[in-house]
Amino acid sequence: MATVCAVIASTHHPFYYRASTSTGADRPPFADEWVAKIETFRETLTKARPDVLVMVGSDHFHQLWLDNMPQFLVGKAPYFDANWYNEEREFGLPRMTLAGDEELATHILRNGLDADFDLAFSNELRIDHSITCPIITLRPEADLPIVPIYTNIFAPPLPRPQRFVDLGKAIRAMVESWPSDKRVAIIGTGHLSLELGGPRQFGEHGPDPEFDRKAVEWIANGDLEGCCGDVTLDSLHLPGNATHGFMDFMLMMGVAGEGQKADHVDSLDLFHTMEAYFTWYPEGVPTP
Amino acid sequence: MSKYLLDKFLYTVDRDPELVERYREDPAGLVTWWESEMANSILNCHGDERSTWLAFTDEERTALREHDHVTLFEMGAHPFLTLTLFIAMFERDHGPLEYQIAYGKAMEHLTLPYPDIAT
Repeated sequence: MATVCAVIASTHHPFYYRASTSTGADRPPFADEWVAKIETFRETLTKARPDVLVMVGSDHFHQLWLDNMPQFLVGKAPYFDANWYNEEREFGLPRMTLAGDEELATHILRNGLDADFDLAFSNELRIDHSITCPIITLRPEADLPIVPIYTNIFAPPLPRPQRFVDLGKAIRAMVESWPSDKRVAIIGTGHLSLELGGPRQFGEHGPDPEFDRKAVEWIANGDLEGCCGDVTLDSLHLPGNATHGFMDFMLMMGVAGEGQKADHVDSLDLFHTMEAYFTWYPEGVPTP
Repeated sequence: MSKYLLDKFLYTVDRDPELVERYREDPAGLVTWWESEMANSILNCHGDERSTWLAFTDEERTALREHDHVTLFEMGAHPFLTLTLFIAMFERDHGPLEYQIAYGKAMEHLTLPYPDIAT
Protein backbone atom coordinates (compact mmCIF):
# COMPACT_ATOMS: atom_id res chain seq x y z
CA MET A 1 0.00 0.00 0.00
CA ALA A 2 1.03 3.61 -0.48
CA THR A 3 2.90 5.44 2.26
CA VAL A 4 1.86 8.84 3.57
CA CYS A 5 5.35 10.29 3.81
CA ALA A 6 4.33 13.79 4.97
CA VAL A 7 1.26 15.79 5.90
CA ILE A 8 1.68 19.51 5.32
CA ALA A 9 -0.64 22.40 6.15
CA SER A 10 0.13 25.95 5.08
CA THR A 11 -1.31 29.32 4.36
CA HIS A 12 -1.25 30.24 0.65
CA HIS A 13 -0.13 33.83 0.41
CA PRO A 14 -0.29 34.89 -3.24
CA PHE A 15 2.22 37.72 -2.63
CA TYR A 16 5.07 35.30 -1.82
CA TYR A 17 6.10 34.73 -5.42
CA ARG A 18 6.51 38.42 -6.17
CA ALA A 19 8.08 39.22 -2.77
CA SER A 20 10.62 36.41 -3.07
CA THR A 21 11.64 37.17 -6.67
CA SER A 22 11.76 40.96 -6.43
CA THR A 23 15.07 42.77 -6.12
CA GLY A 24 16.43 46.18 -5.19
CA ALA A 25 13.93 48.86 -4.23
CA ASP A 26 11.03 46.56 -5.16
CA ARG A 27 12.00 43.96 -2.57
CA PRO A 28 9.87 44.35 0.58
CA PRO A 29 11.73 44.53 3.91
CA PHE A 30 10.19 41.28 5.15
CA ALA A 31 11.17 39.27 2.04
CA ASP A 32 14.45 37.81 3.30
CA GLU A 33 12.96 36.48 6.54
CA TRP A 34 9.98 35.10 4.61
CA VAL A 35 12.22 33.32 2.08
CA ALA A 36 14.34 31.82 4.88
CA LYS A 37 11.25 30.41 6.58
CA ILE A 38 9.91 29.02 3.32
CA GLU A 39 13.24 27.36 2.46
CA THR A 40 13.24 25.62 5.85
CA PHE A 41 9.61 24.59 5.30
CA ARG A 42 10.45 23.33 1.80
CA GLU A 43 13.16 21.10 3.22
CA THR A 44 10.53 19.31 5.35
CA LEU A 45 8.86 18.11 2.14
CA THR A 46 12.09 17.35 0.30
CA LYS A 47 13.27 15.16 3.18
CA ALA A 48 10.10 13.07 2.95
CA ARG A 49 11.03 12.02 -0.65
CA PRO A 50 7.49 12.16 -2.08
CA ASP A 51 6.49 10.63 -5.43
CA VAL A 52 2.98 12.11 -5.60
CA LEU A 53 1.29 15.14 -4.02
CA VAL A 54 -2.36 15.27 -2.97
CA MET A 55 -3.11 19.01 -2.97
CA VAL A 56 -6.09 20.35 -1.02
CA GLY A 57 -7.16 23.89 -1.84
CA SER A 58 -10.11 26.04 -2.83
CA ASP A 59 -10.98 27.58 -6.17
CA HIS A 60 -11.43 31.35 -5.82
CA PHE A 61 -14.27 31.73 -8.36
CA HIS A 62 -12.03 30.79 -11.24
CA GLN A 63 -13.40 27.63 -12.83
CA LEU A 64 -16.07 26.90 -10.23
CA TRP A 65 -18.98 29.28 -10.26
CA LEU A 66 -22.35 29.82 -8.62
CA ASP A 67 -24.35 28.24 -11.45
CA ASN A 68 -22.83 24.85 -10.65
CA MET A 69 -20.97 24.83 -7.35
CA PRO A 70 -19.56 21.61 -5.89
CA GLN A 71 -18.74 21.35 -2.17
CA PHE A 72 -15.81 18.96 -2.70
CA LEU A 73 -14.23 18.20 -6.05
CA VAL A 74 -11.38 15.92 -7.15
CA GLY A 75 -9.38 16.70 -10.28
CA LYS A 76 -8.79 13.61 -12.43
CA ALA A 77 -6.81 14.53 -15.50
CA PRO A 78 -3.38 13.83 -17.00
CA TYR A 79 -2.45 17.51 -16.73
CA PHE A 80 -3.59 20.61 -14.93
CA ASP A 81 -2.87 24.02 -16.33
CA ALA A 82 -2.62 26.61 -13.63
CA ASN A 83 -3.10 30.22 -12.63
CA TRP A 84 -5.51 32.69 -14.14
CA TYR A 85 -5.36 36.08 -15.80
CA ASN A 86 -6.54 37.88 -12.67
CA GLU A 87 -3.83 36.13 -10.61
CA GLU A 88 -1.15 37.16 -13.10
CA ARG A 89 -2.58 40.68 -13.00
CA GLU A 90 -2.79 41.07 -9.22
CA PHE A 91 -0.02 38.80 -7.91
CA GLY A 92 2.34 38.33 -10.87
CA LEU A 93 1.89 34.55 -10.69
CA PRO A 94 3.37 32.57 -13.58
CA ARG A 95 1.40 30.20 -15.81
CA MET A 96 2.19 26.57 -14.97
CA THR A 97 1.31 23.05 -16.09
CA LEU A 98 1.39 20.20 -13.59
CA ALA A 99 1.04 16.49 -14.29
CA GLY A 100 -1.86 14.62 -12.68
CA ASP A 101 -1.95 11.16 -11.11
CA GLU A 102 -5.15 9.72 -12.53
CA GLU A 103 -4.76 6.38 -10.80
CA LEU A 104 -4.75 7.92 -7.32
CA ALA A 105 -7.56 10.32 -8.31
CA THR A 106 -9.67 7.35 -9.46
CA HIS A 107 -8.97 5.56 -6.18
CA ILE A 108 -9.97 8.60 -4.12
CA LEU A 109 -13.15 9.18 -6.12
CA ARG A 110 -14.31 5.54 -5.86
CA ASN A 111 -13.48 5.19 -2.20
CA GLY A 112 -14.73 8.64 -1.28
CA LEU A 113 -18.12 7.91 -2.84
CA ASP A 114 -18.24 4.58 -1.04
CA ALA A 115 -17.47 6.37 2.23
CA ASP A 116 -20.48 8.71 1.77
CA PHE A 117 -18.59 11.74 0.46
CA ASP A 118 -20.40 12.72 -2.73
CA LEU A 119 -17.27 13.99 -4.44
CA ALA A 120 -17.64 15.91 -7.67
CA PHE A 121 -14.95 15.45 -10.28
CA SER A 122 -13.36 17.38 -13.10
CA ASN A 123 -11.51 16.01 -16.12
CA GLU A 124 -10.31 19.45 -17.23
CA LEU A 125 -9.42 21.67 -14.32
CA ARG A 126 -7.37 24.84 -14.43
CA ILE A 127 -6.11 25.21 -10.89
CA ASP A 128 -5.49 28.44 -9.03
CA HIS A 129 -3.17 29.91 -6.44
CA SER A 130 -4.56 27.86 -3.54
CA ILE A 131 -2.67 24.95 -5.11
CA THR A 132 0.09 26.69 -7.03
CA CYS A 133 1.27 28.78 -4.06
CA PRO A 134 2.28 25.65 -2.11
CA ILE A 135 3.89 24.25 -5.28
CA ILE A 136 5.91 27.47 -5.54
CA THR A 137 6.88 27.43 -1.86
CA LEU A 138 7.33 23.69 -1.29
CA ARG A 139 8.22 22.17 -4.65
CA PRO A 140 9.19 24.93 -7.07
CA GLU A 141 10.51 22.35 -9.55
CA ALA A 142 6.82 21.43 -10.03
CA ASP A 143 8.04 17.98 -11.11
CA LEU A 144 5.65 15.66 -9.23
CA PRO A 145 2.19 14.50 -10.29
CA ILE A 146 -0.66 15.86 -8.22
CA VAL A 147 -4.24 15.06 -7.30
CA PRO A 148 -6.02 18.36 -6.64
CA ILE A 149 -8.94 18.33 -4.21
CA TYR A 150 -11.01 21.49 -4.02
CA THR A 151 -13.20 22.41 -1.06
CA ASN A 152 -15.85 25.11 -0.91
CA ILE A 153 -14.83 27.62 1.76
CA PHE A 154 -16.02 30.52 -0.35
CA ALA A 155 -19.61 30.33 -1.59
CA PRO A 156 -22.21 29.73 1.13
CA PRO A 157 -23.92 27.49 2.05
CA LEU A 158 -20.69 25.78 3.13
CA PRO A 159 -20.20 22.35 4.69
CA ARG A 160 -19.70 22.58 8.46
CA PRO A 161 -16.19 22.40 9.99
CA GLN A 162 -16.63 18.82 11.20
CA ARG A 163 -17.27 17.74 7.62
CA PHE A 164 -13.86 19.09 6.62
CA VAL A 165 -12.23 17.18 9.50
CA ASP A 166 -14.06 13.99 8.52
CA LEU A 167 -13.03 14.36 4.87
CA GLY A 168 -9.44 14.85 5.99
CA LYS A 169 -9.56 11.60 7.97
CA ALA A 170 -11.07 9.86 4.95
CA ILE A 171 -8.40 11.20 2.58
CA ARG A 172 -5.70 9.87 4.89
CA ALA A 173 -7.34 6.43 4.99
CA MET A 174 -7.89 6.42 1.21
CA VAL A 175 -4.27 7.24 0.44
CA GLU A 176 -3.13 4.55 2.86
CA SER A 177 -5.37 1.98 1.13
CA TRP A 178 -4.09 2.83 -2.36
CA PRO A 179 -2.47 -0.29 -3.78
CA SER A 180 0.79 1.33 -4.79
CA ASP A 181 4.35 1.48 -3.54
CA LYS A 182 4.43 5.26 -3.97
CA ARG A 183 5.21 7.79 -1.29
CA VAL A 184 2.43 10.37 -1.06
CA ALA A 185 2.58 13.77 0.61
CA ILE A 186 -0.80 15.26 1.48
CA ILE A 187 -0.60 19.05 1.36
CA GLY A 188 -3.42 21.47 2.12
CA THR A 189 -3.64 25.23 2.32
CA GLY A 190 -6.04 27.59 3.99
CA HIS A 191 -6.08 30.78 6.00
CA LEU A 192 -5.83 31.95 9.55
CA SER A 193 -7.90 35.08 10.30
CA LEU A 194 -8.43 36.99 7.08
CA GLU A 195 -10.58 39.83 5.83
CA LEU A 196 -11.09 40.47 2.11
CA GLY A 197 -13.11 43.36 0.79
CA GLY A 198 -14.25 44.52 4.24
CA PRO A 199 -13.27 47.24 6.72
CA ARG A 200 -10.62 45.14 8.51
CA GLN A 201 -8.57 44.25 5.42
CA PHE A 202 -4.89 45.04 4.86
CA GLY A 203 -4.13 45.99 8.47
CA GLU A 204 -0.68 45.83 10.03
CA HIS A 205 -1.44 42.28 11.21
CA GLY A 206 -4.14 39.76 10.48
CA PRO A 207 -7.58 40.99 11.57
CA ASP A 208 -7.63 38.79 14.71
CA PRO A 209 -4.20 37.98 16.19
CA GLU A 210 -5.80 36.23 19.18
CA PHE A 211 -7.63 33.82 16.85
CA ASP A 212 -4.36 33.25 14.98
CA ARG A 213 -2.53 32.43 18.21
CA LYS A 214 -5.18 29.90 19.22
CA ALA A 215 -5.33 28.45 15.72
CA VAL A 216 -1.57 27.86 15.52
CA GLU A 217 -1.73 26.10 18.89
CA TRP A 218 -4.64 23.87 17.84
CA ILE A 219 -2.89 22.84 14.64
CA ALA A 220 0.57 22.38 16.17
CA ASN A 221 -0.88 20.10 18.87
CA GLY A 222 -3.40 18.32 16.68
CA ASP A 223 -6.01 19.58 19.12
CA LEU A 224 -9.11 18.70 17.12
CA GLU A 225 -11.26 18.54 20.22
CA GLY A 226 -10.36 22.08 21.29
CA CYS A 227 -10.63 23.40 17.76
CA CYS A 228 -13.96 21.74 16.94
CA GLY A 229 -15.30 22.86 20.32
CA ASP A 230 -14.54 26.46 19.52
CA VAL A 231 -15.10 26.81 15.77
CA THR A 232 -18.46 26.87 14.01
CA LEU A 233 -19.62 28.22 10.67
CA ASP A 234 -21.05 31.22 12.52
CA SER A 235 -18.00 31.83 14.74
CA LEU A 236 -15.67 32.00 11.73
CA HIS A 237 -17.27 35.29 10.66
CA LEU A 238 -15.86 36.98 13.77
CA PRO A 239 -12.09 36.81 13.10
CA GLY A 240 -12.50 38.14 9.55
CA ASN A 241 -14.90 37.66 6.66
CA ALA A 242 -12.64 35.25 4.74
CA THR A 243 -11.69 33.13 7.75
CA HIS A 244 -13.77 30.15 6.58
CA GLY A 245 -10.59 29.19 4.73
CA PHE A 246 -9.46 27.98 8.16
CA MET A 247 -11.64 24.92 7.55
CA ASP A 248 -8.98 23.65 5.14
CA PHE A 249 -6.54 23.70 8.07
CA MET A 250 -9.13 21.70 10.01
CA LEU A 251 -9.28 19.24 7.12
CA MET A 252 -5.50 18.87 7.34
CA MET A 253 -5.74 18.31 11.10
CA GLY A 254 -8.07 15.44 10.20
CA VAL A 255 -5.44 14.10 7.79
CA ALA A 256 -2.72 14.38 10.46
CA GLY A 257 -4.88 12.76 13.14
CA GLU A 258 -6.26 13.62 16.58
CA GLY A 259 -3.55 14.55 19.07
CA GLN A 260 -0.73 14.38 16.52
CA LYS A 261 1.80 17.09 17.26
CA ALA A 262 3.36 18.66 14.18
CA ASP A 263 7.06 17.97 13.65
CA HIS A 264 7.64 21.40 12.12
CA VAL A 265 5.78 24.54 13.20
CA ASP A 266 6.53 28.05 12.03
CA SER A 267 4.68 31.30 11.48
CA LEU A 268 5.35 34.79 10.21
CA ASP A 269 3.35 37.84 11.24
CA LEU A 270 2.81 39.84 8.06
CA PHE A 271 0.59 42.76 7.18
CA HIS A 272 -2.95 41.68 6.25
CA THR A 273 -2.64 38.07 7.45
CA MET A 274 -0.39 35.73 9.41
CA GLU A 275 1.53 33.00 7.62
CA ALA A 276 1.69 29.55 9.25
CA TYR A 277 3.48 26.35 8.27
CA PHE A 278 3.12 22.82 9.68
CA THR A 279 4.59 19.43 8.75
CA TRP A 280 3.83 16.02 10.26
CA TYR A 281 5.79 12.85 9.50
CA PRO A 282 3.49 9.84 10.07
CA GLU A 283 6.48 7.46 9.71
CA GLY A 284 8.67 9.51 12.06
CA VAL A 285 11.08 12.28 11.17
CA PRO A 286 13.12 11.16 8.14
CA THR A 287 16.81 10.60 8.75
CA PRO A 288 19.25 11.95 6.15
CA MET B 1 -32.55 41.96 -5.07
CA SER B 2 -30.26 39.45 -6.77
CA LYS B 3 -26.93 38.95 -5.09
CA TYR B 4 -26.35 36.25 -7.68
CA LEU B 5 -26.62 38.69 -10.57
CA LEU B 6 -24.35 41.23 -8.88
CA ASP B 7 -21.80 38.47 -8.37
CA LYS B 8 -22.22 37.33 -11.97
CA PHE B 9 -21.44 40.84 -13.16
CA LEU B 10 -18.34 41.11 -10.96
CA TYR B 11 -17.17 37.62 -11.90
CA THR B 12 -17.56 37.94 -15.67
CA VAL B 13 -16.01 41.41 -15.81
CA ASP B 14 -13.08 40.57 -13.49
CA ARG B 15 -11.97 37.61 -15.60
CA ASP B 16 -11.90 39.49 -18.91
CA PRO B 17 -9.16 42.11 -19.44
CA GLU B 18 -11.19 44.00 -22.04
CA LEU B 19 -14.26 44.24 -19.81
CA VAL B 20 -12.13 45.40 -16.86
CA GLU B 21 -10.93 48.36 -18.96
CA ARG B 22 -14.41 49.14 -20.26
CA TYR B 23 -15.83 49.11 -16.74
CA ARG B 24 -13.07 51.43 -15.52
CA GLU B 25 -13.48 53.92 -18.38
CA ASP B 26 -17.25 53.84 -18.99
CA PRO B 27 -19.07 52.22 -16.09
CA ALA B 28 -22.58 53.34 -17.11
CA GLY B 29 -22.10 52.14 -20.69
CA LEU B 30 -20.59 48.85 -19.64
CA VAL B 31 -23.36 48.12 -17.11
CA THR B 32 -26.06 48.84 -19.72
CA TRP B 33 -24.32 46.62 -22.30
CA TRP B 34 -23.72 43.86 -19.77
CA GLU B 35 -27.31 43.76 -18.54
CA SER B 36 -28.57 43.59 -22.11
CA GLU B 37 -26.08 41.05 -23.47
CA MET B 38 -24.61 39.09 -20.57
CA ALA B 39 -27.03 39.04 -17.64
CA ASN B 40 -29.07 36.19 -19.11
CA SER B 41 -26.29 34.27 -20.75
CA ILE B 42 -25.69 30.87 -19.13
CA LEU B 43 -21.95 30.71 -18.93
CA ASN B 44 -21.34 27.17 -20.08
CA CYS B 45 -24.03 27.07 -22.79
CA HIS B 46 -24.53 27.94 -26.43
CA GLY B 47 -25.70 31.53 -26.88
CA ASP B 48 -29.22 30.55 -27.90
CA GLU B 49 -29.84 28.77 -24.59
CA ARG B 50 -30.39 31.90 -22.54
CA SER B 51 -32.14 32.57 -19.27
CA THR B 52 -35.18 34.83 -19.44
CA TRP B 53 -35.53 36.39 -16.00
CA LEU B 54 -32.37 38.07 -14.74
CA ALA B 55 -32.31 41.85 -14.30
CA PHE B 56 -30.82 44.37 -11.87
CA THR B 57 -32.91 46.48 -9.52
CA ASP B 58 -32.49 50.24 -9.87
CA GLU B 59 -30.37 50.29 -6.72
CA GLU B 60 -28.07 47.57 -7.98
CA ARG B 61 -27.65 49.20 -11.37
CA THR B 62 -26.81 52.52 -9.71
CA ALA B 63 -24.25 50.98 -7.35
CA LEU B 64 -22.50 49.30 -10.28
CA ARG B 65 -22.61 52.43 -12.45
CA GLU B 66 -21.15 54.51 -9.64
CA HIS B 67 -18.33 52.05 -8.82
CA ASP B 68 -19.79 52.08 -5.30
CA HIS B 69 -18.01 49.20 -3.59
CA VAL B 70 -19.38 50.15 -0.16
CA THR B 71 -22.99 49.80 -1.30
CA LEU B 72 -22.16 46.57 -3.14
CA PHE B 73 -20.80 45.21 0.16
CA GLU B 74 -23.95 46.34 1.97
CA MET B 75 -26.06 44.57 -0.66
CA GLY B 76 -24.24 41.30 0.03
CA ALA B 77 -22.18 41.12 -3.17
CA HIS B 78 -19.30 38.69 -2.67
CA PRO B 79 -16.53 40.85 -1.17
CA PHE B 80 -13.73 38.87 -2.81
CA LEU B 81 -15.13 39.51 -6.28
CA THR B 82 -15.65 43.20 -5.64
CA LEU B 83 -12.19 43.66 -4.13
CA THR B 84 -10.37 41.83 -6.90
CA LEU B 85 -12.10 43.74 -9.67
CA PHE B 86 -11.71 47.13 -8.00
CA ILE B 87 -8.01 46.51 -7.35
CA ALA B 88 -7.67 45.70 -11.05
CA MET B 89 -9.30 48.98 -12.00
CA PHE B 90 -7.86 51.41 -9.49
CA GLU B 91 -4.70 50.12 -7.82
CA ARG B 92 -2.69 51.49 -10.77
CA ASP B 93 -3.60 55.07 -9.77
CA HIS B 94 -2.10 54.72 -6.27
CA GLY B 95 1.07 53.85 -4.37
CA PRO B 96 1.72 50.37 -2.95
CA LEU B 97 -1.28 49.15 -0.88
CA GLU B 98 -2.65 52.71 -0.76
CA TYR B 99 -5.80 51.75 -2.67
CA GLN B 100 -6.44 48.59 -0.63
CA ILE B 101 -6.14 50.51 2.66
CA ALA B 102 -8.42 53.32 1.44
CA TYR B 103 -10.93 50.73 0.24
CA GLY B 104 -11.13 49.29 3.77
CA LYS B 105 -11.26 52.73 5.36
CA ALA B 106 -14.29 53.68 3.25
CA MET B 107 -16.11 50.84 5.05
CA GLU B 108 -14.97 51.54 8.60
CA HIS B 109 -18.51 52.45 9.70
CA LEU B 110 -19.63 48.87 9.02
CA THR B 111 -19.81 46.51 11.97
CA LEU B 112 -20.47 42.81 12.50
CA PRO B 113 -22.50 40.99 11.48
CA TYR B 114 -21.73 41.87 7.89
CA PRO B 115 -24.46 41.44 5.26
CA ASP B 116 -25.14 37.83 4.30
CA ILE B 117 -23.39 36.88 1.05
CA ALA B 118 -25.26 33.60 0.51
CA THR B 119 -26.85 33.48 -2.94
